[in-house]
Amino acid sequence: MSVADTLIKAQPAPPDRAKRWTTARISGTILVMFWVAAAIGLVLYLYSAWDIAKIERYGPKFLSGLWTTLSLVGVSIAIGAVISLPVALGRVSKNPVISRIAFAYVYVFRGTPLIAQLFLIYYGLGSFRPQLEAVGLWLFFRDAWNCALFAFSLNTSAYQAEILRGAIDSVPRGQWEGAAALGLNRLQAFWKVILPQALIVALRPYGNEIILMIKGSAIVALVTVFDLMGETRRAFSRTYDFQAYIWAAVFYFCIVEALRNVWNLLEARLTRHLKR
Amino acid sequence: MDNYLTLLSFGDQGWGDEIAWGVLITVSLALATLPVGLFIGFMIAVAKQSEEWTLRTAADIYTTIFRGLPELLTLFLVYFGLQIGIQQLLKAVGLGGAIEINTFFAGVIALALVFSSYASEVFLSAFRAIPKGQYEGGYALGLRRGRVMRSIIVPQLIRIALPGLGNLWMILIKDTALVSAIGLTDILRQTGVAARVTKEAFLFFGLAFLLYLVLALISSIGLNRLEAYGKRGEQVR
Repeated sequence: MSVADTLIKAQPAPPDRAKRWTTARISGTILVMFWVAAAIGLVLYLYSAWDIAKIERYGPKFLSGLWTTLSLVGVSIAIGAVISLPVALGRVSKNPVISRIAFAYVYVFRGTPLIAQLFLIYYGLGSFRPQLEAVGLWLFFRDAWNCALFAFSLNTSAYQAEILRGAIDSVPRGQWEGAAALGLNRLQAFWKVILPQALIVALRPYGNEIILMIKGSAIVALVTVFDLMGETRRAFSRTYDFQAYIWAAVFYFCIVEALRNVWNLLEARLTRHLKR
Repeated sequence: MDNYLTLLSFGDQGWGDEIAWGVLITVSLALATLPVGLFIGFMIAVAKQSEEWTLRTAADIYTTIFRGLPELLTLFLVYFGLQIGIQQLLKAVGLGGAIEINTFFAGVIALALVFSSYASEVFLSAFRAIPKGQYEGGYALGLRRGRVMRSIIVPQLIRIALPGLGNLWMILIKDTALVSAIGLTDILRQTGVAARVTKEAFLFFGLAFLLYLVLALISSIGLNRLEAYGKRGEQVR
C-alpha cells in the first residue's frame, strides 16, 4: 500500500476556453450592433437636422404639449380613481343586480377602443346639442379637452376598478374575519384593514395603468387637443420635417421610462416590510 | 326612426355596406397582425432567455422601445418613416417620384411591433413556468434541441400562455382602431365619414362603439372555448 508523501504543487488556473462563435452569439452581436448603429444614427440625424429656428419656434410648443398630456392624464387618473372605488365595490357586491351593472360598466369600457369612446363623446354628443344646452352642459362638452377628460376618466375608472377588485379579492378572507372579531364594522374593516393591503397588491397594475394612459392619451391629438402628439402633428404638417416625430418619440420614451423606474423604486420602498 | 334605418341600410342610400367593409378591414388587419406578432414575440422571448448576453440585451431594447412609445406614434413613425426612408433610398439610387406606403401594410407592421413586444413578455413568463426537467427529459431521450422545443415545450407553452395572449388579442382589436388615423378604411374611418356626411354623429359613432363591443364579445367567447379546449387534459378539481 502506497501513501502519497508529496502534494501536487499549486497550479495556475487553466486558461479560459476560447468562446466559440455559436449562432446565438453571432446573431446576438449583430443585433446589438444594429441597435448601437440605430442609436448613433438617431443622434447623428437629430444633430444634422438641428435647426435653431425650428427649435425656438416649436420647442416651447412641445413643452406646453407635454404639460397638456401630463395634466390630462394626471387629472383623469385622479377622477378615475374616485369613480373606480364604487365600481369595484359593486363588482364584489353580493347583490346580483349591482354586481351585473358594475360588470357591464367595466366590460363596455374595457371592450371598446378608447378612441371610439372619445369620438362618441366629442363628435357624437354634438347631435344632442339642444338638449345639452337646455341643461347647461354644452359649455362643458363643447371643449375637446373636457371631452377627452370625460372619456379618459370613465375609461380609466373601468380599468382601475378591475385592478382594485383583483386586489381586494387577493386579500385573504381571514382579514375580514379578524377585523370583524376585533369589533370593526365592515366599512372600518374595508378602510383600515383590507384597502391598505389591497393597494400594495394593486401598486404594480396601477403603475402600468398610468403608463397605458400616458401612451393612450396620444389619441386626443385626433380631436384637436394640442397635447404632445398634437403639437408634433402640427409641427410635422407645417415643416414636413420628420424630426418632429423623432422628438415626440424621445419625449414619450423618457416619460414612460422615468415613470417605470420611479414606480419600481416606490414599490421597493413600500413593500420593504414584505422582503425576506 | 325610418330615417335611421335608411341610413344604416345596404345600398346607395345607406351606409351599411361601407361599414360592413370597415368591419372586414378591421378584422382582417387584426388577423394579419396576429401571426406576425406571435412569431416575432416568440423569437424575442427565446432570445430573452438565451445564455448570450448580447441576444438578451438586444431583445430587451426591442421591448423597452416598443412598450415605451404610444401605439399611435409607432404607427406614424412606421407610416411616415417608411415612406420618407424609401423615398430617400430611391433618390440615392437615382429614382425619383413620390412613394405611397400601403396603409394596411404599415398598420400590420406597427401593430405587430407593439403586439410582439407585449407577447414576448407573455411567452417569457410561460417559458419560466415550464420546469427544466422537461428539457432534460427530452435531451435524455436523444431528441435534438429543435425537436424538444417543438414536441415537448411548445405544446405546454401554448396552454400556459393562452390567457395572456387572449388579453393581447383583445388589446390588438382595440388598437386597430388607430389605423383610421392614417386613412385605412376600418370601422372607425367609415363611420366617421358617414357621420360627417349625414351629420348623424351619435348614430354612427355609437354604431362603431357597438361593433367593437360585438367584436370583443365574440373574441371573449372564442377565447373561453379555446382555453377550455386547452385545459381538456387537466384534471377537474
